Amino acid sequence: MLKIMIIGATSTIAQETARFFATEGAEFFLVGIPADKLALIKDDLVARGAKRAEIYEADLTDFDKHPQIIESAVQAMGSIDAVLIAHGTLGNQKAAEASVEVALKEINLNLLSNISLLTLLANYFEKQRRGCIAVISSVAGDRGRGSNYVYGTAKAGTTTFMQGLRNRLAKSGVAVVTIKPGLVDTPMTADIKKNFLFSDPATVGKAIYLGMKKGKDTVYAPWFWRYIMAIIIHIPEFIFKKMSL
Amino acid sequence: MTTPLNRLKQYKSWGRYPTVEHKAIHQIHWRSDLPDVNQFEETVLPYGYGRSYGDSCLNEGGILLDTSYMQQFMVFDAEQGLVRCEAGVSLEQVLEVIVPCGWFLPVTPGTKFVSIGGAIANDVHGKNHHRAGTFGCHVTQFELVRSDGTYICSPTENAELFRATIGGLGLTGIITWAEFKLKRIPSPLIDQEKIRFANLDEFFAISAEMDQRFEYLMSWSDCLSGGDSMGRGIFMAGNFYDPPLGAEPSTKKLKPFVPFDLPSIALNTLSVKAFNAVLYRVPLGKRVRSIVHYEPFYYPLDAINNWYRLYGKRGFLQYQLVVPFEGDNEPIREVYRRIAQSGEGSFLVVLKAFGDIVSPGMMSFPMPGVTLALDFAFNGEKTLKLLDELDMIVREAKGRVYPAKDARMSPENFRAYYPQWEEFAHYIDPKFSSSFWRRVTASANGQ
Repeated sequence: MLKIMIIGATSTIAQETARFFATEGAEFFLVGIPADKLALIKDDLVARGAKRAEIYEADLTDFDKHPQIIESAVQAMGSIDAVLIAHGTLGNQKAAEASVEVALKEINLNLLSNISLLTLLANYFEKQRRGCIAVISSVAGDRGRGSNYVYGTAKAGTTTFMQGLRNRLAKSGVAVVTIKPGLVDTPMTADIKKNFLFSDPATVGKAIYLGMKKGKDTVYAPWFWRYIMAIIIHIPEFIFKKMSL
Repeated sequence: MTTPLNRLKQYKSWGRYPTVEHKAIHQIHWRSDLPDVNQFEETVLPYGYGRSYGDSCLNEGGILLDTSYMQQFMVFDAEQGLVRCEAGVSLEQVLEVIVPCGWFLPVTPGTKFVSIGGAIANDVHGKNHHRAGTFGCHVTQFELVRSDGTYICSPTENAELFRATIGGLGLTGIITWAEFKLKRIPSPLIDQEKIRFANLDEFFAISAEMDQRFEYLMSWSDCLSGGDSMGRGIFMAGNFYDPPLGAEPSTKKLKPFVPFDLPSIALNTLSVKAFNAVLYRVPLGKRVRSIVHYEPFYYPLDAINNWYRLYGKRGFLQYQLVVPFEGDNEPIREVYRRIAQSGEGSFLVVLKAFGDIVSPGMMSFPMPGVTLALDFAFNGEKTLKLLDELDMIVREAKGRVYPAKDARMSPENFRAYYPQWEEFAHYIDPKFSSSFWRRVTASANGQ
């Protein structure tokens, strides 16, 4: 059965994805904060069919601890078949505009921590010569927009990093899956007024699950975001810059 | 996992009547992060998937606590057949987990898109009421978070709160998680029989015998035909199918079979078509047997998402009554007559005999007797007047009307159906209220 490491396991989308793997009897190594919520997720996954689940509390902005997280996962499960990186914050764009510190903090969590983890994981999987690395990026990384470009920058960096990693690891038989959810109804978007573009986290979780199983390159979740973003990235900049997005 | 949560949900009730405005919606994502309801000025009411038909899931001007995000399982004991999960887990999600392990819900209503919290708060019943009672009969314990603290409730611990919360319409506090017993099944298939009855006399004549033979039993009845064929219909009966030795019990989900032509104008037209299709396939006095998956057997309407839309914007009224068995069951006949006279067609009704298993729920709806469930397109005064008439028949027969489906019964009738309401009121959390509760407890002069 699959041995899956989930980083940022308390994310709603990560939980929904994990539930699909759980019904297959997967093993989990759940990383994130806080420990009490990880424990709730562990029970949920085991009840839904997971063979077992280990939890590991870690602040992911503490980069020095990253090697230890991965070592612990390998130790606990014997090996890692797939990893899903799902942590992140939507941040507050206005606050990030007003404060360099806030902006860099966003980049630190949403981009740099990914680069740190992915660098370590890439070397692990490259040696193992099989497996799947999946990261939740975002459609927000496809084009910078006034309303959330700090978040968008972190996601664009993540997407580009993953692209390069995919190119590098293709030779080793490792799947590198970039996931780009659109608007999803989760605690992260609790303050945003919902409209018809919002998706159910379970729908997104299923798309991620299937994308990871098939080793897809890029998964838009749900699928229709691929077409929305195709339009958005082709709007000429001289028009785009005047739009309020 | 796949329950359509409909995140654009409008926090209405399933019948779309009435529609009210709420002050705010508060989503609950973690049972460890419950809001302190004392922080709100207004009253609160838990809201799951909005499958209650009338106003029992609405709280006009107040706050709804959306519990549908709480979807974690805590324990599934596949040996003993026990599940403990959060209140927002839907019956569909429970089935996805338990059916492959040879278990089923002890009791299920006609839709799997309801939450566990809602199943308890409405003390739902199903086709096996005569054998298994209500959902509340199988609940072993739950956690109730009230404005004054957190209580674990079971038949032995905080027993009064346990009894008040089962069928308590969400008014006694937030159910955060619940534990309930499951039913062992030999396969996910149903050995189904359909038997036609020519009129109500025949229904009553064979109902008792059918109850003996079948664990699951309900019937569709036609309430437009009068005279000798008044109440004619079809028994839909079934037991879980025990495959013969050697045959692999299939746990594979069969492709859902939609027992209706797809919606065109109105559900009533459809139901009549479906009804007639079944009726004329089953010759009088003959039994038609088939093996079907549990989905179409229990949840025929779930195959049509958002079927309330078939009634359009005006919405519809559901009406479910129960009257005790008695003599020649004149009250039921009178109900059929009134409906036929009114021309307000609920063309098709669900007819079933409830059993005598007593629910722990203080305000539980079922009682030994005959139950009828009807739906009426909302045609304003005409519809309301008919239902008021039916209310009186039920009241005289010492029966009840189901709060989970009600949007219009009068306070006087409510109190006559549920004389225990005053006892129940002691257990209501003062921070909790609903449009339904304010309506049925308004003073008798109709303020």
